[in-house]
Amino acid sequence: MQLTDHMPLLIAHDQLEAIRQHAAREYPSECCGVLLGLADGSAKRVREVVALRNLRHDAARAQEFLPLADPWQESERNRYLIDPGDLLKVEKDARQRGLEVLGYYHSHPDHPARPSEYDREYAWPWCSYVIINVAEGRPGDYASWVLASDRSRFEPEPIELTENHRPEKGEPKETRWLYR
Amino acid sequence: MAVQVIIPTPLRQYTGKLDRIELEAEQAKTVGDALAGLTARYAELRRHLFTEDGKLRSFVNIYLNDEDIRYLQKDQTPLHDNDVLSIVPSIAGGLTEDLPLRCICH
Repeated sequence: MQLTDHMPLLIAHDQLEAIRQHAAREYPSECCGVLLGLADGSAKRVREVVALRNLRHDAARAQEFLPLADPWQESERNRYLIDPGDLLKVEKDARQRGLEVLGYYHSHPDHPARPSEYDREYAWPWCSYVIINVAEGRPGDYASWVLASDRSRFEPEPIELTENHRPEKGEPKETRWLYR
Repeated sequence: MAVQVIIPTPLRQYTGKLDRIELEAEQAKTVGDALAGLTARYAELRRHLFTEDGKLRSFVNIYLNDEDIRYLQKDQTPLHDNDVLSIVPSIAGGLTEDLPLRCICH
């Protein structure tokens, strides 16, 4: 096991609350978003949560980017996809402000906060994958995962809850919505 | 005179932690050339960007400035000085294989 290789993900209470609210709001569909922050070698510190739209709501466009094997069984209810165009904008904006993409979050409506085989198949190394369970509309358990270097499995990543970050003057709030 | 390639965080471990790579414009006349040059310099990137038969992986997106090369001329898209190529991962997933049936009745 290489658990010690994983830096803890430091996330503030209000950032986690933003993810919970986003997950509840999108229920019974899956929600998704990006975690921006700084990684200093000992921890990944989340500075902003960016809520994004699940492109699977736009089935035709999503299919152009990443086709589903069975569109009758798979939809925004059990799949999420971040629009690469949205991600490009978020990454660009983050880079200009000295932040980087630490990872992503998504919800599992009425399913546990554990990665699925589908999650693993499409996962990228290094990134944190925060998954939150939503049971009958209520946000529940959450956990963060990192892909093993040989891609064979996800390994749990420790999450540490921190005090709310107080933005300095001119700094945006911790949570942004890139869609409404 | 050069073309820049922006590397996303998950792939920086294969580029010596660099977040942008500059390629001489002479060696990067098309998107395909630029990606070949990049993976020649950072061999480990290759398996993350391309399939074994050399095709760009379906969950890898390449943007030239702000445009997806899918809607340009794909890997034949010509590059010019100061162009910026971004490698943008498709971020996707979903819940377990125990899938609910999609409701098709309204």
